[in-house]
Amino acid sequence: MAEYETFTHDVLVIGSGGAGLRAAIEASAAGVSVGIVCKCLLGKAHTVMAEGGIAAALANVDDRDNWQVHFADTMRGGQYVNNWRMAELHAKEAPDRVKELEAWGAVFDRTNDGRILQRNFGGHKYPRLAHVGDRTGLEMIRTLQDHGVHRGIDVHMEICILTLLKDEGRIAGAFGYDRERGRFKLFRAKAVVLATGGIGKAYKITSNSWDCTGDGHALAYHAGAELIDMEFIQFHPTGMVWPPSVSGMLVTEGVRGEGGILTNKEGKRFMFDAIPENYRAQTADNPEEGWCYCTGDKNARRPPELLTRDHVARCIVREIKEGRGTPHGGVYLDISWIKEKLPNAEEHIKRKLPSMYHQFKALGDVDITKEPMEVGPTTHYIMGGVHVDPDTEMSRVPGLFAAGECAAGINGANRLGGNSLSDLIVFGKRAGEFATRYARDNSLGKIDNRPIDIAVAESLKPFKHDTGENPYAVQRDLQELMQHNVGIVRSEREMQTALQEIQKLWDRANRIGVIGNRDFNPGWHTALDMKSLLTVSEAITRAAIERRESRGAQFREDIPEKVERFARVNTIVAKSEDGAMQVRLEPLPEMPDYLKRVIEEMR
Amino acid sequence: MSETKTATFKIWRGDANGGEFRDYTTEVAEGMVVLDAMHDIQRTQAQDLACRWNCKAGKCGSCSAEVNGMPKLMCMTRLSDLPIEKPVRVEPMKAFPIIKDLITDVSWNFRVKEKIKPFKPRPPDAPDGTWRMKQADIDRIEEFRKCIECFLCQDVCHVLRDHRKHDEFIGPRFLVHVAALEMHPLDTENRIAELRKAQGIGYCNITKCCTKVCPESIHITDNAIIPLKERVVDQFFDPFGWIWRTLKRRLDEAASAKTTAARQS
Repeated sequence: MAEYETFTHDVLVIGSGGAGLRAAIEASAAGVSVGIVCKCLLGKAHTVMAEGGIAAALANVDDRDNWQVHFADTMRGGQYVNNWRMAELHAKEAPDRVKELEAWGAVFDRTNDGRILQRNFGGHKYPRLAHVGDRTGLEMIRTLQDHGVHRGIDVHMEICILTLLKDEGRIAGAFGYDRERGRFKLFRAKAVVLATGGIGKAYKITSNSWDCTGDGHALAYHAGAELIDMEFIQFHPTGMVWPPSVSGMLVTEGVRGEGGILTNKEGKRFMFDAIPENYRAQTADNPEEGWCYCTGDKNARRPPELLTRDHVARCIVREIKEGRGTPHGGVYLDISWIKEKLPNAEEHIKRKLPSMYHQFKALGDVDITKEPMEVGPTTHYIMGGVHVDPDTEMSRVPGLFAAGECAAGINGANRLGGNSLSDLIVFGKRAGEFATRYARDNSLGKIDNRPIDIAVAESLKPFKHDTGENPYAVQRDLQELMQHNVGIVRSEREMQTALQEIQKLWDRANRIGVIGNRDFNPGWHTALDMKSLLTVSEAITRAAIERRESRGAQFREDIPEKVERFARVNTIVAKSEDGAMQVRLEPLPEMPDYLKRVIEEMR
Repeated sequence: MSETKTATFKIWRGDANGGEFRDYTTEVAEGMVVLDAMHDIQRTQAQDLACRWNCKAGKCGSCSAEVNGMPKLMCMTRLSDLPIEKPVRVEPMKAFPIIKDLITDVSWNFRVKEKIKPFKPRPPDAPDGTWRMKQADIDRIEEFRKCIECFLCQDVCHVLRDHRKHDEFIGPRFLVHVAALEMHPLDTENRIAELRKAQGIGYCNITKCCTKVCPESIHITDNAIIPLKERVVDQFFDPFGWIWRTLKRRLDEAASAKTTAARQS
């Protein structure tokens, strides 16, 4: 029998970014015992990289804003395949969650009358993003971390979870290993909250950290939960493209919010060329109006650079494909031009976009106050994830909850910038609250040692074939495959090829061999991450094949239009009895009339 | 055709029981940083080379190490800024116990933070539970809140690195943290007494090494530590201030005793 150390908590939270920390804080405040498992060190999770801000209809800058407008913006951005209830809860509760961060010590930039300042962002009708320069995610995670460490939460750092454990269908805990020494750990819990973030490392070019390997998605799937909307991957329009070492690194949408423009190698501002019909009424049709919008003119409409991310990313791909790209295969993003409009432009840029200034200066030898940046799309976010009840965040596995990027529903086919940080705190709180209730109403489940023994044997297998496949090579080949075959432009043929290749990669992953021992061994860790990466890659591919249309973030060159019969369905991925992955379409929940009216009024 | 450039890295390999520098050679690509080189070496020569990293964008503060003897974030240290005609030495931080290769046990830092009194805001300014703050009043602490907790300042600080005063001194990172709390316009807590005693601010003799290595360019010494030292002096070493505070406390006590007595009667 396997040797392991056992910990017991009422609520176990897996993941220590914004959603996980917020869930843990909520549960501990309610008085239950809470453990939080971090794959990395506390405070280093991917939330730290969020730049632009937190979307919340505080109406501090434009008093016309309210939850209805935010709700309608979110639904429009998601092409109406969002879960309406999540979008409603999110829009209604985000302002309180932001104010709560301030009460816990967060320091947001201010308006002239001393309130929380809000900035413009793509797809948001009014300036809505509470922010701190371009390091809002750091502010959020540090605030939650510093608040959380005084609440008696047990923090388990640098632990990876291999499998969830169940007792007759309900959740009973989680089993994993510590990265430091490779020792196995059992976490018994009455309720488990997954808050593991995204899947960016399934792709070659990504803005995501190494640990965004879709662990929560895969753990939930293998435990019997459903995944929805997995075909919708957000390719952020602006990642760095040069030098190669930094390709994919995020360039915040805040650059465009502050007036940054996109041009091709001919110097043409191409975003004016293809404004989609459903956004035409609220988009500027000339550069002057666009600039007025960025300076806070309430009567001006937003510039086309601030259209939704899926659209902007496709326009950039079009420019590059048609030969109007930059020398390194991107387009230009220029904020330095605002010196024509502002006397102190250089200082203004450095104050509003300090990290961007620093990032380009230090890593790309580009001074963004003087010259344009070269940018191109980068894998940024997955709209799809664990299918949860919109009010409680519980999956169909009793006691298993999910929040943040690894859960799904709020964003539909495309997420608006800024809606992620608000999603983390709105649904993180709810997950913590309802996991606590579940933990109060249920006792600890029994632990079955069989799945533990299997997990141990599987995880130690790479040490048995030390001449096997190189873990880094298998991971890289998967990233290349997903980048080219299930990327920003997709087709049935390429995706069918991807499915076959993924099967071969499963076989290769089973033959991975690692050298060294279990002490902090990145080769071994990479080998163990492959199960999650392959699971989510297969789910993404199967869902993308099933949605035979182009909508939001999914663009299929073989079916480039929206198709009516997919307008009101979600794709659902689940594991069948025989262990095979199955996809089906399921109708969206019917939206109540009062929300339909909100959408009508905001058209 | 141009010749492929290569660089040699002397990387410390070992654990708490000891170790040695080993040489690895990689190809050099444009824009490459030290962390890229570590990843290349993992992929091709030393799968089990342990190094911590997350964002690879200078935002998470995980990949701290010493490059040619200087505390650095590996993800922000470009090879083009190093003399790569000579071997580049890469080794773990010195102020913390070694785990393996480039990884140290930084958990002490997390324990230190738990002991610092948390943020305690004044009652909200507005009926909706919100506060009003001027941008000018928060600019100062926004600088401190840029800290990414890479702990390079802790690594370079001689009080920790050489004198191992981890039990008596919280180090520059947490002095910045205390400064951010103390100078927060809404905060009502007083952390000056423990700064002087348990947190050992007196150990800092303002050599500014921490400021020099900060990847976020926080003016640790000038803007955080020196103002805190001034507060300690004001509170504990100013005789007139001491007399005034003692007197005030007595008066307050007398006044509150009177109020209590009045209430009880």
